Amino acid sequence: MSKPILEIKNLSAGVEDKQILKGVSLTVGAGEVHAVMGPNGSGKSTLAAVLAGRAGYDVTGGEVHYNGHDLLDLAPEERAREGLFLAFQYPVEIPGVNSTYFLKAALNEIRKAQGQPELDAMEFLQLVRDKIKLLDLNEDLLKRSVNEGFSGGEKKRAEIFQMAVLEPKLAILDETDSGLDIDALKVVSSGVNKLKRADNAQLVITHYQRLLNYIIPDFVHVLVDGRIVRTGGKELALELEEKGYDWILKAEAVAA
Amino acid sequence: MPTATDTIENLVKQEYKYGFYTDVETESAPPGLSEDIIRLISTKKQEPGWLTDWRLKAYRHWLTMTEPAWQKVHHGQINYQDITYYSAPKQKSGGPKGLDEVDPKLLETYEKLGIPLKERERLAGVAVDAVFDSVSVGTTFQKQLAEKGIIFCSMSEAVQKHPDLVKKYLGMVVPYTDNFFAALNSAVFTDGSFCYIPRGVRCPMELSTYFRINAAKSGQFERTLIIADDGAQVSYLEGCTAPMRDENQLHAAVVELIALDNAQIKYSTVQNWYPGDEQGRGGIYNFVTKRGLCKGRNSKICWTQVETGSAITWKYPSCVLLGDNSKGEFYSVAVVNNFQQADTGTKMTHIGRNTRSTIVSKGISAGRGQNSYRGLVKIQKSAANARNFSQCDSMLIGDKCGAHTFPYIEVKNTSSSVEHEATTSKIGEDQIFYCNQRGLSTQDAVNMIVNGFCKEVFKELPMEFAVEAQKLLGVSLEGSVG
Ligand SMILES: Nc1ncnc2c1ncn2[C@@H]1O[C@H](COP(=O)(O)OP(=O)(O)OP(=O)(O)O)[C@@H](O)[C@H]1O
Ligand SMILES: [Mg+2]
Repeated sequence: MSKPILEIKNLSAGVEDKQILKGVSLTVGAGEVHAVMGPNGSGKSTLAAVLAGRAGYDVTGGEVHYNGHDLLDLAPEERAREGLFLAFQYPVEIPGVNSTYFLKAALNEIRKAQGQPELDAMEFLQLVRDKIKLLDLNEDLLKRSVNEGFSGGEKKRAEIFQMAVLEPKLAILDETDSGLDIDALKVVSSGVNKLKRADNAQLVITHYQRLLNYIIPDFVHVLVDGRIVRTGGKELALELEEKGYDWILKAEAVAA
Repeated sequence: MPTATDTIENLVKQEYKYGFYTDVETESAPPGLSEDIIRLISTKKQEPGWLTDWRLKAYRHWLTMTEPAWQKVHHGQINYQDITYYSAPKQKSGGPKGLDEVDPKLLETYEKLGIPLKERERLAGVAVDAVFDSVSVGTTFQKQLAEKGIIFCSMSEAVQKHPDLVKKYLGMVVPYTDNFFAALNSAVFTDGSFCYIPRGVRCPMELSTYFRINAAKSGQFERTLIIADDGAQVSYLEGCTAPMRDENQLHAAVVELIALDNAQIKYSTVQNWYPGDEQGRGGIYNFVTKRGLCKGRNSKICWTQVETGSAITWKYPSCVLLGDNSKGEFYSVAVVNNFQQADTGTKMTHIGRNTRSTIVSKGISAGRGQNSYRGLVKIQKSAANARNFSQCDSMLIGDKCGAHTFPYIEVKNTSSSVEHEATTSKIGEDQIFYCNQRGLSTQDAVNMIVNGFCKEVFKELPMEFAVEAQKLLGVSLEGSVG
C-alpha cells in the first residue's frame, strides 16, 4: 500500500462530559474508498466533525495524521486548504451570499495556500461549466444564495458539485445519499466515482448499502457506540443489510 | 490545537484608519453658547440680517427645550457651554479664490482620506465639497456643473450668492422648532453643502460632501440643503471621519431635501465618524435630523445609509410624501461594535394620494453594541391608496450585544395598506464553520455573511461606494467573533 493519506490512531473525542468516539483507528490510503456504516448516534458525524475541526468537540486521546501533517494541530480552514473536504449531512444556508461567488472565493483561498495562481472570473466560469456537466446540476442553483431555499436533494447535489470544483485530496461524505431520489443517487454517485483518482481518497458515511452499489468501497468499517467493531470488504455491507447491526454486536459479544 | 477562537483573538485589531489629526492654525470662537457667539458666527460669515435673526430665534427657542430622552441610548450629560461652536482653518485675508489656493496641509488631509481635491487627481464623475470643521475648504467641478445651471457650493457661499433660494427653502422641511438638536443646529450651523438642480436637468455626476471634524472640543453643526426643481434628478453622497480622541464630540447636522414635481433625489450616506475605543472611551455623538419633502407630484426621495461609526447615532432620515404619487424609500445598514449605540430608523408621512414608501433596515450588533430600529409610518386621512412596506432585520454577533425594534404605525385612511416584517438572527457558528471548511478564514466568513445580510441595501448605493461600504463593514467588525 502506498503512503496513507489519513491515519487515525486510537482517537477518542466527545462533547463536555460525554465520550462519543472511544478509540477509533482507521487508515485510508491513496486511491481508496472507505465506507463507514453504523446505527444512529454511533458517532459517524462526530468522526467527520472532529476530522474537519468543528469547534465544540474535545479530543481526549489518540492522534490523526493527514497528508504529512498532524491534522489536529490545524485550524479548520487550514485543513480545507490542505485538501480536506467535508460534504455536510446538513449543509447550512447563507442568505445573500451568491453560490458562485462563494465557491470562487473558496477555490482561490485553496489555490493560494497551495501556491497556485488564483483563477479570474472567466477561468472560473469555464471550470464551473465543465463540472456542471459532471453532475447534471441545475445551473440556476449557482445564481442563488448558498443553499438558500434548496431542496434537500439539491443541497446534497450542490455539496458534491463543490467537491468537484475544489478537487479535494480527502473527501468525507456524510450521508450524502439521504434525501436523494434514486435517479439523483445515480447521478451523484457517478459524479463521485469520476472524481476518484489514484492520488486522492474518499470516506463515505452511510446507513444504506444502496449507495455502495454505486460507489464501490474498498473497505467497509462498522462503527458502533464510538468504536469500529468490524472492518471488511464491500461484501460486509451486504451482510449488514441482510442481518442488521444486532448481528455484529452479538458476534462481537461472543468473540469477547 | 488552535481553535477558531484563538485564531480570531490573534487577528490584529485594525485601528480606526482615519484617526489622525491635522496641525493647522485655526481661528476659533471661545467655547460656550450665547447670543454673542451666534452674532459672532453670523458676522464672520458676513450674513444678511434675516439670517442672523433666524439664528437668534432658533437659539431662543432652543433655550426653552430639553434634550430628548425617549431614545434607547445612554450617555453622560453634554455640557453645551464646553463646546466650541466655531473653528476654522486660518485663511489669508479674503480666503482662497479657488482650490489651488487652499492650504496644502488641508489638501493633504483630504488626500489621506482618499478624497483628492486637486484638479489632476480628482475622482472622476464625482463633484466633492470638502468641509473641514466649521467651513467648506473647496468644491470641485463647480464650473462644469454651472454650465448646466446646477449650483453646488458650500452653504456659506450660497448665502452670499443665492440668498433668495436659501431664504425660500431653509427650514422649510426642518423648522428650527422641530427638535432640540435641530434648534441648536439652526442657531449655530457653520457650513454644509447647498445644491440646486434646475428644472429638467439630470445632474451628470455624483455630488458629494466630505465632512471632517479636526479640532478638539469643537462640535460640527453643518446644514445641507438640496433642491431638485421640476423633473430634475440628482444623486448625492455624504462621507465623514474624525480624529481619535478620548472625549466625546458632538455632531448635530440638519439635512433638508426638497423634490418638486417629477423630481428625484437619491441621498446616500456612508457614516464613519470615530466610534470610540474598545473600552467605549471617546467617539462622536451623531445627533442628526434628516428629512426630505416630496413636495411635487410623482416625486421621489431615496435615503440610503451605511452607519458604521460614531459612539452614539441618533438619526431618522425621513420623508414627507406630500405630492400625489410620490415615493419615499429608506435603506439602512447600521453596525454597532464594542460600546457603540445606535437608535436609527425613519419616518414616512403619507399625505398625498397613491403615495408609496419602502423601508429596509438591517441592524448588525457585535461586542456590547446596542442597535435600535425606530420607525414611524403615518398615513394621514388624505392619503388614499397609500402603501408602505417595511422590513427590519437584525443580526447578532456574540451574546453581549442587543437588537431592538420599535415600529410605530398610524393609519387614518382605510384604503391604504401597511406591511411590516421583522426578523432577528444570530450569526451562526454553523455558517462560519461551513465557510472555514471550504477554506475561508473566520474573518472572511463573517464579512461574507454580514455582506450577504446587507445585500438589499448595498445594491441601492452608487457602485464605487458600495465597494467602499463593504470594506468599511469588514473593518468595523474586525475581531468581533470569538
Ligand atoms: N454537540 C453535541 N452535543 C451533545 N451531544 C452530541 C453532540 N454531537 C453529537 N452528540 C451525540 O453524540 C452521539 C453521536 O452523534 P453523531 O451525530 O456522531 O451520530 P451519527 O452516527 O452521525 O448518527 P446518525 O446516523 O443519526 O447521523 C449522539 O448521541 C449525539 O446526540
Ligand atoms: Mg450523522
